[in-house]
Amino acid sequence: MSVLNGVSYGLLLFMLSAGLTLIFSMMGVLNFAHASFYMLGAYFAFQVSEWTNYWVAFLVAPMLVALMGGLFERYILRKTHKFGHVAELLVTFGLSFVILELVQLIWGRTAVDYKVPAALDGSLFKLFNSSFPEYRAFMMVVAIGMLASLFLMLKKTRIGLVIQAALTHPETTEALGHNVPRVFALVFAGGCALAGLAGVIGGNAFITEPGMAQAVGAIIFVVVVVGGMGSLGGALIASVLIGLLQTFAVGLDWSFGGGLQSLGINVTSETFGYPVWKLKLSQVAPILPYLLLVVMLVVRPKGIMGTRDE
Amino acid sequence: MSAYALELSNVTKSFGKTAIIRGVNLAVNKGERVAVIGPNGAGKSTLFNLISGRFEPTSGSIKLHGNDIIGKRPYEISRRGLARSFQITNIFSRLSVFENLRCASLYSSGQKYSFWKPLSKLDELNDRTEALMASIELKRRRDVPASLLTYSEQRALEVGITIAGGGDVILLDEPTAGMSHSETDRFVHLIRKVTVGKTLLTVEHDMGVVFGLADRIAVLVYGEVIAFDTPDKVRADPKVQEAYLGAVLDAEGAH
Amino acid sequence: MSSTLKPLQFKPLNGVRIVVWSAFAVILLLLPLAAQSSFALTLLCLTGIAAIACMSYNMLLGQAGMLSFGHAVYTGLGTFVAIHAMNKILGGWPLPMWLIPLVGGFAGLAFGALLGFVTTRKAGTPFSMITLGVGELVFAAALMFPEFFGGEAGINSNRTGGTGWLHGMGLTFGPQIQVYYLIAIYLFVCTAAMYAFTMTPLGRIANAVRDNAERAEFIGYDTRWVRYLIVMASSFFAGIAGGLTALNVEAATSDLLHGVRSGGYLLFTFLGGVGFFFGPLIGSVLLIFSLVVLSEFTKAWQLYVGIVFLIMVVYAPGGFSALLMLNLRRVKYGEWRKMRWPYAGMLFFGLIALWGFAAVVEMAYQFQVAAGSGSGLTVAKIPLDSAQPVSWMIAVAVLIAGGIGFEIWRRKFAKVWSDGEERIAEAVKKAEAAIV
Repeated sequence: MSVLNGVSYGLLLFMLSAGLTLIFSMMGVLNFAHASFYMLGAYFAFQVSEWTNYWVAFLVAPMLVALMGGLFERYILRKTHKFGHVAELLVTFGLSFVILELVQLIWGRTAVDYKVPAALDGSLFKLFNSSFPEYRAFMMVVAIGMLASLFLMLKKTRIGLVIQAALTHPETTEALGHNVPRVFALVFAGGCALAGLAGVIGGNAFITEPGMAQAVGAIIFVVVVVGGMGSLGGALIASVLIGLLQTFAVGLDWSFGGGLQSLGINVTSETFGYPVWKLKLSQVAPILPYLLLVVMLVVRPKGIMGTRDE
Repeated sequence: MSAYALELSNVTKSFGKTAIIRGVNLAVNKGERVAVIGPNGAGKSTLFNLISGRFEPTSGSIKLHGNDIIGKRPYEISRRGLARSFQITNIFSRLSVFENLRCASLYSSGQKYSFWKPLSKLDELNDRTEALMASIELKRRRDVPASLLTYSEQRALEVGITIAGGGDVILLDEPTAGMSHSETDRFVHLIRKVTVGKTLLTVEHDMGVVFGLADRIAVLVYGEVIAFDTPDKVRADPKVQEAYLGAVLDAEGAH
Repeated sequence: MSSTLKPLQFKPLNGVRIVVWSAFAVILLLLPLAAQSSFALTLLCLTGIAAIACMSYNMLLGQAGMLSFGHAVYTGLGTFVAIHAMNKILGGWPLPMWLIPLVGGFAGLAFGALLGFVTTRKAGTPFSMITLGVGELVFAAALMFPEFFGGEAGINSNRTGGTGWLHGMGLTFGPQIQVYYLIAIYLFVCTAAMYAFTMTPLGRIANAVRDNAERAEFIGYDTRWVRYLIVMASSFFAGIAGGLTALNVEAATSDLLHGVRSGGYLLFTFLGGVGFFFGPLIGSVLLIFSLVVLSEFTKAWQLYVGIVFLIMVVYAPGGFSALLMLNLRRVKYGEWRKMRWPYAGMLFFGLIALWGFAAVVEMAYQFQVAAGSGSGLTVAKIPLDSAQPVSWMIAVAVLIAGGIGFEIWRRKFAKVWSDGEERIAEAVKKAEAAIV
């Protein structure tokens, strides 16, 4: 059960980090506001589902987010291109800040009641007394479906071919007559749509509040670095790994001291380093992704599937 | 200690399935001036990248003064006395001409990573930089940020940065690229002046430069060296004529 | 506002240098006279500490081109180690209180060495992402070790304790003015040290790595080692700022390590300007002003700051210090007088548009956040009612009117500016030709 929960959470992380990786690989821009678009997706979906219903929101919210992303790229981000990658990163950082404030302005500082639709609010099946929610299954289906169509689009369609070409050789692609700036805007908007869709399906499964962007923002950075910069496959592996890691750890009450004790070493409050030994895995759960990052950097800086840096 | 300044044995390099360098053998004597020529795509820049440590060869060995340098990072190779310039100008854009040259001279002057002495008090370093700046004729542009120099001034700075470290094996990658005829002549004269006594490898397309500057010419075609000899012998070599020189020579009217 | 002229350099001659530093020292010495209240004195203290923190941040960003999202880790850990040291002094350690900031500094250095080893494994954008991750790691870890971090309540101490000759003479740091002068001394010394650092081999090579890391490798430098050393130097000074915070506030809580704080250092250092050494000084003043003063006037202060930041990144990435220097250059070449009317026009309509914008934002906040306290409010002393559509219409109308006026004057400004730039470029060329 935890496995399925972990995988569904991991797939959500992958939806987010896939968009981030694509934007980064193509444009060299690290979109610091990516998690903010996730948040916008959730809030837009909440608002639209308050006015109409969930299914309308499911269609409309990601498109709204994509529109905002596209407008930002066209009118703001593009202007900073000439100043280099640091400036581009700073402008997305500024955007994340402003989005956070605007969200708080419009919807308030506490969580909003974005609910799972009644049709999906049940248990799919029961295994050993714990039930697997229908909605989690729905999330997995959406995530997999969306990623499969993304893969197909990139590999099999003409626009996908142009995108792949522009990914590594933007000038040449432009020289061949393709409107590369428009491709960039499309990719950026597409990445934001992915994030927005993740927000639509994740916001009601987890929580929809102003802090949600920061909570997930750092983790998707970890996913991208651990998976290997620019590698979608690596991001998938890293997302699922982190999803499983966190889901399992939260449910376990083992402590390091307990582990040592089972090896025959007695740990008391007088033992040196007791503060570390007495920590339970469930307490450590929030920092596990970051510990993974540190270990990865020390042992294998290029990531799971990264290529050698030049 | 080997007599060769630079020795390449059976060096190959493939990127994925594409073989760029297919087995290069080259032995350059100390103080020799070698020009590397060849059609576009022959792998000349890749060869330089292999020698200077930017890429690692797929197989083969590269020896600098008899010591194996494969797998060494560029800074390690630079410290061993091999310096290279870049075809696309690769300078420190926000630093002034003087600062560019001073930074390039810094490591070899013994300063390394020190932070307890101000640069202004390092007389030997500063004198050395001033002399270098004069030799590449950029004295009157001393405090201009590098990004604001003219193209040929930047190329001169590029060479200056390369030789600043005092390396005795210098690789110049198309130093006169994009220059007019008169600029090229002046520049070749400059290169000859500042590389006296050093081992020089130059990638060049301009045949006038090649035949005027080089002791020996290496002809690189499809990742292999098909000839490596004095200019006259290379010119007369039928393989070379067939692969590369023929039309060019006729056009230039042999010197 | 682009220019092909050489970027501005603040290069005073040696005589001028002595004057500038002396003036700096004198200003620091006499500032408390201008502070009419204890609140003002507190502001000065906070600004001094922030100045050290922002300058230490600029060692990374401005000098070495390294964008860190986790700088609060080093200031925060400096504060925690310092607060424990303070408690040790209260318990009998023979260490004078005024060395506490230095304790913080060495703590910062130690953590810089430890964490920097991991964060500098990669450069560029991956480095920035890693600093965010490590920052989250440290913040989350703080809640896991209440023995050191004090859990929710944090750790408290008292700066008036300790023994020693100076202490006996009355230097107890009880009165805030004593704290101010300690901060001022550390500020002066740290500023001088960080400035001197920019003129050393390591400082200059950091610039080279910033401009072209690849070429730096080819001239004999291990860029990874350079970046690691810079992180350590920067963390040292960050730790000093942290230690001063421990003395000033006499408490250390885990929010000192929070990512928002790191973001604040980044934001305000950038606003001050990363290209000039004194940029972060301006940034620190803006930081404290926004955090302490602006927040009293409006709940929306973070939104305003964020929008100003966005505008600056796109239109003036050199920050306020660069804007200042650009205008000073105008003065030098006698081109500033022509700018008077365009600036005045932009300022006038800008303020009008700003009022309109602020009115909209403040009304929205009133509506959303403070609904309980009624719907009336004032923006710059002009009364509005967030429940009345009329107020909204007025605000939007003013915003649009101001915006149009601003745009008209902005175009005039752009024309006058570029004309002036051309004339300045001519003058510079003439001057250069004269040298040969």
